[in-house]
Amino acid sequence: MNDKSSVEIVTEWDIVAVRQLGRNEAKEIGFGTVDQARITTAISELARNIYLYAKLGEIEIERLEDGDRKGIAIIAKDQGPGIQDIRQVMEDGYSTSGGLGAGLPGVKRLMDTIKIDSVVGKGTTIRAEKWLNV
Amino acid sequence: MKELQKQYTKILADYIEEQTERNLYIGQNFIRQLLQKNIAPEEVINIHKSAVEQIIEEFPVELRYAYDFLIEVMVHYGLALSEHKSLLQQQEEMQLELQVATNIQNMILKSHVPKIDGVDVGMISVPARKMSGDYVHFVDDGNQYVGIAVADVVGKGIPAALCMSMVKYGMDSLEHSESEPSRVLEVINRIVEKSVDDNMFVSMFYGRYDVETSLFTYGSAGHEPAIYYNAATATYEELDAKGLLLGILPDGNYQQHEVRLHTDDLVIMMTDGVTEIRTNLEMDAMAKITSIVSAHRTESAQAIVDEVFKELEKMQNFELSDDFTLVILKKI
Repeated sequence: MNDKSSVEIVTEWDIVAVRQLGRNEAKEIGFGTVDQARITTAISELARNIYLYAKLGEIEIERLEDGDRKGIAIIAKDQGPGIQDIRQVMEDGYSTSGGLGAGLPGVKRLMDTIKIDSVVGKGTTIRAEKWLNV
Repeated sequence: MKELQKQYTKILADYIEEQTERNLYIGQNFIRQLLQKNIAPEEVINIHKSAVEQIIEEFPVELRYAYDFLIEVMVHYGLALSEHKSLLQQQEEMQLELQVATNIQNMILKSHVPKIDGVDVGMISVPARKMSGDYVHFVDDGNQYVGIAVADVVGKGIPAALCMSMVKYGMDSLEHSESEPSRVLEVINRIVEKSVDDNMFVSMFYGRYDVETSLFTYGSAGHEPAIYYNAATATYEELDAKGLLLGILPDGNYQQHEVRLHTDDLVIMMTDGVTEIRTNLEMDAMAKITSIVSAHRTESAQAIVDEVFKELEKMQNFELSDDFTLVILKKI
């Protein structure tokens, strides 16, 4: 069974709220201090992307279970402008551009996997997962 | 990670007790190990925090919070560091590719200096960066004519080098050495205009030497004028001809002129990388070049170009700011 909870991102304070939610979940799942910090930073980056560029969207936190393995998934959904060139956005050096999608290479590093679905003009869905090492 | 934690705790405990330089040195060696294992900065802080918690009895909870805060902040440093590392790796890969591209360019653009009775040709072409935007092409089909093209793409590096391949294939399509310079420039102009980016231009000097009549016929597409050295009067004279840079208009009109060479006369062709050299002297680059040429005029054409390059390179502290190409034709 997978638990889900979500926060809508409208104001900057919603970023704080979703960080809190993510940290609580990460802690309960059993992630250590450093991984908690990494997961929260990834959530923060994704939430900021929504707040700054898409204006409206939500972040969902999902608990993952696969047999004995446990993990966390962050799902960021927005109805923003979409990302034209996903490959370019994932390239190193892009994070300094400050544009839409900045910070995604960072999210990729902080988490285990990242999946991006984006339609220009419609919006973007990003799913990032991290598993607990047992 | 557990083993590293144990080692670090021991090293830190020793230092807290003894505070010697030896402890610090051991610490440094340990950090080297962490770097090698790609341990992130936030992880190092965490190791330190756990070590301190273990060593100091009654570790205040406020201090634990302070460390947690530092871990949080260091996550961003960790990201910047790993991005930096991966960019460095990409740079290495690009350097390697560039080296391969350079070898291919050298292979494609190689043109052999003609060896014909009655004329001695010397040539040097040195790129400022890895790939050159200068190009020298010799047309020598064993006939009574020798064609020499000296071209320079406006720009440097990879884009210039790619553009130059077009010029090379254009020159290959001409084949015959008897072609008139104005005609050669017209044809190459059409090729460059059609196939190369709108804001890429090429300047080119084309000279054709007739071994039987000793006539040197030349035309120029916005290129640096050549210099003619008259051995009988020991004077220098510019050889210039009107013509637009290649690639600006589809129909370029190129003038051509001629000069009759006598024994020991020289024609010196070059790119602006030669004339724009900063000499740091009262003398301008052209005066410097002619003075070097005069001093070595009795030597072979190759010896003269080598000497000019050697002296100009020394003058700029062995740093080329532009591709450097010099060709000398000497009537013997």
